[in-house]
Amino acid sequence: MKHFMRFSKISKAFQEVPSQYVYQINPIKNFEPIKQFRVIDLEGNLVAKEYNNIPKEILNQIFDLMISIEEMDNLLYMSQRQGKISFYMTSFGETATTVGTTAALQPQDFIFPQYREQGSFMWRGFTIEQIVNQCIGNHLDGGKGRQMPVHYGSKDLNIVTVSSPLTTQVPQASGAGYGFRVNGENKIAATWFGEGAASEGDFHSAMNFAQTLKCQTLFLCRNNHYAISTPTDDQFRGDTIAGKAPAYGMRTLKIDGNDLLAVYNGVKYAREQIIKNKEPFFIEFITYRIGDHSTSDHSVLYRSQEEIDSWKSGNNPINRLGLFLKKQGLRQFNDDHDNQIRKDVRNRVIAALKHGSEQQSPSIQDLFTDVYDEVLPHLQEQYTQLREHLTKYKDQYPINKFKGGL
Amino acid sequence: MQLLRKVYRFSSTKHRFASDIKSTNRQKMNLFQAINNALDIELGANPKALLFGEDVKFGGVFRCSQGLNEKYGTDRVFNTPLCEQGIGAFGIGLASVGYTAIAEIQFGDYIFPAFDQIVNEAAKFRYRSGDQFNCGSLTIRTTWGAVGHGALYHSQSPEAYFAHTPGLKVVVPRDPIQAKGLLLASIRDKNPVIFFEPKALYRNAEDEVPLDDYELELSKAEVVQEGKHITLIGYGTQIRVLREAAKLAEKDGVSCEIIDLQTIYPYDGQTLVDSVKKTGRCIITHEAPQTCGMGAELSALIQEKCFLHLEAPIKRVTGYDTPFPLVHEPIYLPDKFKIYEAIKQSVNY
Repeated sequence: MKHFMRFSKISKAFQEVPSQYVYQINPIKNFEPIKQFRVIDLEGNLVAKEYNNIPKEILNQIFDLMISIEEMDNLLYMSQRQGKISFYMTSFGETATTVGTTAALQPQDFIFPQYREQGSFMWRGFTIEQIVNQCIGNHLDGGKGRQMPVHYGSKDLNIVTVSSPLTTQVPQASGAGYGFRVNGENKIAATWFGEGAASEGDFHSAMNFAQTLKCQTLFLCRNNHYAISTPTDDQFRGDTIAGKAPAYGMRTLKIDGNDLLAVYNGVKYAREQIIKNKEPFFIEFITYRIGDHSTSDHSVLYRSQEEIDSWKSGNNPINRLGLFLKKQGLRQFNDDHDNQIRKDVRNRVIAALKHGSEQQSPSIQDLFTDVYDEVLPHLQEQYTQLREHLTKYKDQYPINKFKGGL
Repeated sequence: MQLLRKVYRFSSTKHRFASDIKSTNRQKMNLFQAINNALDIELGANPKALLFGEDVKFGGVFRCSQGLNEKYGTDRVFNTPLCEQGIGAFGIGLASVGYTAIAEIQFGDYIFPAFDQIVNEAAKFRYRSGDQFNCGSLTIRTTWGAVGHGALYHSQSPEAYFAHTPGLKVVVPRDPIQAKGLLLASIRDKNPVIFFEPKALYRNAEDEVPLDDYELELSKAEVVQEGKHITLIGYGTQIRVLREAAKLAEKDGVSCEIIDLQTIYPYDGQTLVDSVKKTGRCIITHEAPQTCGMGAELSALIQEKCFLHLEAPIKRVTGYDTPFPLVHEPIYLPDKFKIYEAIKQSVNY
């Protein structure tokens, strides 16, 4: 279907507009920082009553998942120390952002994650077994054992596979959001990144493209105060990351990221705005990385235990949500119930680790598949060379580790 | 705003080589017109195809997108902000959710801000996800090669950087007919393709180009001239130079076989090997600098597969290991005399 459109030349002809001039040098020096949207305070008291609107079932499912992830993260961290997996990244202190956000999105929305969003994956149904199998890299891994641990992806759940280069996913989400708009789809592209990742050039291109081209993209920044060892003071000046967004012409919210109700309500609002206005939206969550950056990090080398504890006990998303649920009578708190949840998760992780470690790796052929949509001749040739070599030197290689062997 | 329905398919014919196309429905076109025609066909056949880049809307600095914004609208043919890393990433994102993204980078010399996105993301998207995701419907079109006055930043041939990246395909056409067929094949290929358009040929190369929807096979090298004594391998603008050099050699009684690589990566090694086994001598030529250029790769392959058939060392006639010069361009380029001299040395080895 073609339609003929007159090529519209936008006129930049000069027009005198007296109100655009000033007659004294008065540079912009400081400006008011954007305030964080909050619904419940540090003790779980409701301070913004009109946002007390999340169904009880959803709140309880969210709470269940937050404590489950805490257990799972604990165990998988320890399993790395025990050599069962090679690497892991926990999300202690940040699950209100990831779980709350994903609960407020629609299942058809595409998520472009960074690497600390197990909350997003698991809210949508990514299982403990899928997580463990990816970390081990066995033949059950949906990623076919191609990547380091925590590089999950799920086509079924509309979550694009994690990649190590930082921030690369952010302008990709601008592209996806553009496609959704021009096709009139009720879908957004939501992308996660940390405050450190927002220093990369890709962040700037993403923001500029998204607003200029009107993309149905939701930018989600987890400001957790550290990029590995680099505190925010060494990362940027200005008003955190949210302060940059209005300069692109973008609607912006800064949210108390450890306040689950604020997260949920803020994201729901943002999504509605994106679909209604067909324009992107920017949210920065202020939160804190309670754990180390990864199993390769030892964060007390660059921050004090007192600092960590001040957040762990003073501004903890699980505690705040729990206190809110208790005070509102939305959840029965007895030790047995929550302890049982945690125990079940522990058992499940342990079983998954055991089962996963007994599985073979993906096949030897899978070294060569998926480079292209088909295995091209030069790769066929290299595979044949490898087979010949492995056959000749079979005792020197763990052939039987691979599914199907030689 | 039109609702784009699910894709399509079309009455495209697939051919190995341009000479296989029997169509009489042709029109005289230069290279940019042939590219424009290919883009018009794809945009018309595929409602999910989008064309974008710097200055694309008004028709493009080389006119490749002329008239397409008027015809298909600003949602589908549009300007992006001036940001190559953004253009690359935006295209990857579109392709990852099923759109056919045709991204234009105005000069190949400026593709490098997008290098991370192309090499670390586009090329590896399918592999790293276990084939759950891919950006196969991404094509990056960019200009390429010497133009007479372009100097360092309007003349580069960056194909070797991308040929070293598994997961990508790299294509360079020599003429309007090949360009149209190879571009349509590249756009429809289910892998990300970098399509280099020789800017020197945009106006200078003309041909009777079939108006049909047709594709030429990727990863197939074409023997554009048969010969007995020596194999000359090149691509893009250099094919013309090879023809001129071959004419000079013919006067000496040397019969040259000229092969156009067409797809730089993954390339068709078999055609090259078959030819050198026949002739026993080989010259590879490209404008790009000598060290680690495509000549180095093809030399390695040919000596490995044709060792006992070689009568002389394989010679590369290429640009020097310098940035692309301005006033020195006439002596920098691997011209017909340098190739002719190399032919003589090979034949007299």
